[in-house]
Amino acid sequence: MIINHPLLGPRDAQEFVYFGDAALIARPDGLSEGAEATFHDYLYLRDNPAGDHRELWYHEQGDRSWLVVTRNTLTHDITAVELARDVARHMGRGR
Amino acid sequence: MSQMNRIAGGQIDRGQTLRFSFDGQAFTGHAGDTLASALLANGVRLMGRSFKYHRPRGPLSAGSEEPNALVELRSGARREPNTRATVTELFAGLEATSQNRWPSLKFDALAINDRLSPFFAAGFYYKTFMWPAAFWEKLYEPLIRRAAGLGTLSREPDPDAYDKGFLHCDLLIIGAGPAGLAAALTAGRAGARVIIADEDFRMGGRLNAETFGINDAPAADWAAQTVADLAQMPNVRLLPRTTIIGAFDHGIYAAVERVSDHLAITPAGKPRQILWRLYARRAILCAGATERPIAFENNDRPGILLAGSLRAYANRWAVAVGTPTAIFTNNDDGLRTARDLIAKGVAVSAVIDTRAGGPKLPGTDHIQGAEVIDTAGRLGLTQITIRDAQGRTRTIPAQALGVSGGWNPNLNISSHHRGRPVWNDALAAFTPGPGGPQGLTAAGAAAGAFSTHAALATGAAEALAALADLGISAAQLDLPKAEDTPTAITPHWYVAAGKGRAWIDQQNDVTVKDVKLAHQENFRSVEHLKRYTTLGMATDQGKTGNMLGLAVMAELTGKTIPETGTTIYRPPYTPVAMGVLAGRSQGADFRPRRLTPSHRWAAEQGAVFVEVGMWLRAQWLPRAGETHWRQSVDREVLVTRNSAGICDVTTLGKIDIQGTDAGLFLDRVYANTFSTLAVGKVRYGLMLREDGMVMDDGTTARLGPNEYVMTTTTANAVPVFRHLEYCRQCLWPDLDVQLISTTEAWAQFSVAGPNARKLLEKLVDQDISDAAFPYMACAEITVCGGLRARLFRISFSGELAYEIAVPTRYGDAMIRELVAAGQEFDAVVYGTEALGVMRVEKGHVAGNELNGQSAALNMGLGKMVSRKKDAIGMVLSQREGMTRDGGLRLVGVKPVDPAKSLTAGSHFLALGAPSTAAHDDGWLTSVVFSPNLGHSIALGYLKNGTARLGERLRTVNLLAGTEVEVEITSPHFIDPEGARLRA
Repeated sequence: MIINHPLLGPRDAQEFVYFGDAALIARPDGLSEGAEATFHDYLYLRDNPAGDHRELWYHEQGDRSWLVVTRNTLTHDITAVELARDVARHMGRGR
Repeated sequence: MSQMNRIAGGQIDRGQTLRFSFDGQAFTGHAGDTLASALLANGVRLMGRSFKYHRPRGPLSAGSEEPNALVELRSGARREPNTRATVTELFAGLEATSQNRWPSLKFDALAINDRLSPFFAAGFYYKTFMWPAAFWEKLYEPLIRRAAGLGTLSREPDPDAYDKGFLHCDLLIIGAGPAGLAAALTAGRAGARVIIADEDFRMGGRLNAETFGINDAPAADWAAQTVADLAQMPNVRLLPRTTIIGAFDHGIYAAVERVSDHLAITPAGKPRQILWRLYARRAILCAGATERPIAFENNDRPGILLAGSLRAYANRWAVAVGTPTAIFTNNDDGLRTARDLIAKGVAVSAVIDTRAGGPKLPGTDHIQGAEVIDTAGRLGLTQITIRDAQGRTRTIPAQALGVSGGWNPNLNISSHHRGRPVWNDALAAFTPGPGGPQGLTAAGAAAGAFSTHAALATGAAEALAALADLGISAAQLDLPKAEDTPTAITPHWYVAAGKGRAWIDQQNDVTVKDVKLAHQENFRSVEHLKRYTTLGMATDQGKTGNMLGLAVMAELTGKTIPETGTTIYRPPYTPVAMGVLAGRSQGADFRPRRLTPSHRWAAEQGAVFVEVGMWLRAQWLPRAGETHWRQSVDREVLVTRNSAGICDVTTLGKIDIQGTDAGLFLDRVYANTFSTLAVGKVRYGLMLREDGMVMDDGTTARLGPNEYVMTTTTANAVPVFRHLEYCRQCLWPDLDVQLISTTEAWAQFSVAGPNARKLLEKLVDQDISDAAFPYMACAEITVCGGLRARLFRISFSGELAYEIAVPTRYGDAMIRELVAAGQEFDAVVYGTEALGVMRVEKGHVAGNELNGQSAALNMGLGKMVSRKKDAIGMVLSQREGMTRDGGLRLVGVKPVDPAKSLTAGSHFLALGAPSTAAHDDGWLTSVVFSPNLGHSIALGYLKNGTARLGERLRTVNLLAGTEVEVEITSPHFIDPEGARLRA
């Protein structure tokens, strides 16, 4: 596969490490009420779509960027590649 | 007589005679021959034995689809089993041996299987080896294993080198027949970066095997001229002897180039083969078509070939496989073979045409509406029996029979990405359908465009379309004049006559009867048919047989072929040697090797090294007179505990963490707190995964208000850094924190033992007295009169200990300085074994305890998990299942009888309990011999362990057959109060 890195252009997937569902970015607050149940869902309940899937890839053999890659699980078509940092900020994460 | 079947013409170099041998017998052939064409020229039709029934077999084809003519090539370490003689380029001195026969190819004892064939029909394994169960391991499996397989491996290391390479292009053209050459000309002239690959050593595809012309010149000459023209274009790369084995995502193709297979010995400095990873923006599949046989009784005798292959042997290799020859066809292409052979003066005894009517072929006995119903000839064809339109049977002499059941487009690669072939009634064949690899189209025979004109035209048109897609303008190719014969075929798949066997898949010995049996036993879907009969599961992947099997099943089920199913293919297109997949990644080069800064010094001392991940670390450093590793390790441990020891600990991961939020960041990634750590101090840190299990541990030092240095275990240096980057970028993107791995930047040495301070004082420029530099202090210092260094007063061994780091380029000098400074204390340098002994003596956890299934509580470190802050893993580490009483706890273990040694991995069982999983109480994680205590000691996870100190248990290892009675102790065997650390 080829991942079109937003900063570095097309790179071979061999340079990357796959991590998992980009939903992991939405980490709950561990000090909130009922955190155990929230964390259980966060960590163990994932969608397994036959189609577009937003997932985290790490450019380990490159610039160490974490990326959110939108990949079709049926065709491996990659329709979007974003910096995870930008996605996280967009989702309201900060400090 | 030498080469008695050689006729005039052909594309062989008669000026070059090559000597070779087959089963020890000497033969000659010419440059341009394949092993099969040279053997056929010499009258050798019998080349192998079939897999299951050991039937005598000769080549069916003249190409890579060959199911039968598999031989062992070369000898000694270069021996290469299951090599297809039909694509083996002849070279001087070639040695080939037949396989899957004993004692000889002509007399094979296991041919008895052929007589027993009723017992070996489809599903035979499933039915026969069912019971009794006990027979499987002792009798059936060894029996099957002995009989299975074709060729044998040399069992010696392959002496040749294999390489991997990367290529990029605008347009990849797969196959260099008329379609591929027309596409390459179009794209090459447009200036596009073109790669054209062909599995053959001579590019041109079928043009080399035909007698018709292109632009009034022989087609083969046009091909040669076109290849020469392409070779002149700097933007075109020709890859002959190269098979595209598969399409992968996003325009990546894998190719195997056989660089030196056609040479007796791989030249020095050259690889035998190269695995290319091809990045193509667009690709055109011009892989041509493969002829398929018709199934009839005894259709597998040597001398029975595909008609187009028979024609190729005559036209390209100047070989008449047998005289007289007969032809059996259901289409006009079979007639072309007859015409070509007659024109070459080969006697054609009859043409048996399944179609009734139409013009008769002159020059032979063209029998229309007829079928071949049987053949004769034990080791090679001698005659055929036919049944004519009136139902009359008669025999016709034939030394060779060309069979044509029509042609299947080589759509294999187009079906790799869920591409589904579509049925074409006019061709009676599947053609590439929608889907399939992105950016790949098909042209020529691979797309069902069977005439030469159609191949040239579609090749040029697909190239134009691909270039237009890429925004490259190209001129229309001035198409050369070529034949444009329409395909005329009346499908006829198998001959329904007689009780004998009609072969479909010759390599796996699958017959029409087997398909009928599969149908009868309700294995009717294509997937079931394949698995039940093994149809298409041999090394040729059913290139000639699959379509036939499908057609027979369609007829039995009364459905059409497309209703019955399609045949699709997986990579690789043809078999690939394991060596080329490994490339240079073998032996010492399997992966990069990382050497520690003290490696050279340690090697000079004769150190024994051990692989730790990619690192090579000194395991122990033997001294003169030491004959057993324990002598060296015991000495290293005792000297360290009694005086001083030095160890290279560079391999531990080091991560510099800087920024105004560095402390806050560490509080979130460590279970314990770091923001409160004073500058100039070090703290032990426990890092959890989000599921609450321990991920890693190490020490982190605060060098400044906004600057920390984290250490990780050697094994987790990379994963921890990855995790920290994940936390920084994905979870808290606005924290002011920066990370950089400095593992390779610093050479770090542990100096441990009661004399450690005295030793270091000789090198360190600053005051490191206990008052100035207490336990858990850290500082940036200088050594040897000014070299910048970092000093940490931390201890893994439990002794007064330091870790000192200098820039890596001074690592070699530093180890020598340390050793020199240590001489007056008789200090030792210790390796990883002594390191392990001392950490177990001290009760520190390491890799064996950090096993991914253990939480802080299991390790006795539960109190380190702060619940006042939200750190990774905090919440789930408090889950009920992980905090319940009675769970596994880290304990120390010693044998009741000190003379007994323990075995790591042994399980705890109560004294009277049976040795079963139901009574399992935990296990020993780490076992060492403690020279300080004089007996074996161990760490282990024991159920409710902390409450069981002093209890006696058994440790049982059923695999090793050991059982030792032990006493449970504290995991801190040495200096549990930590007085030595603070000395």
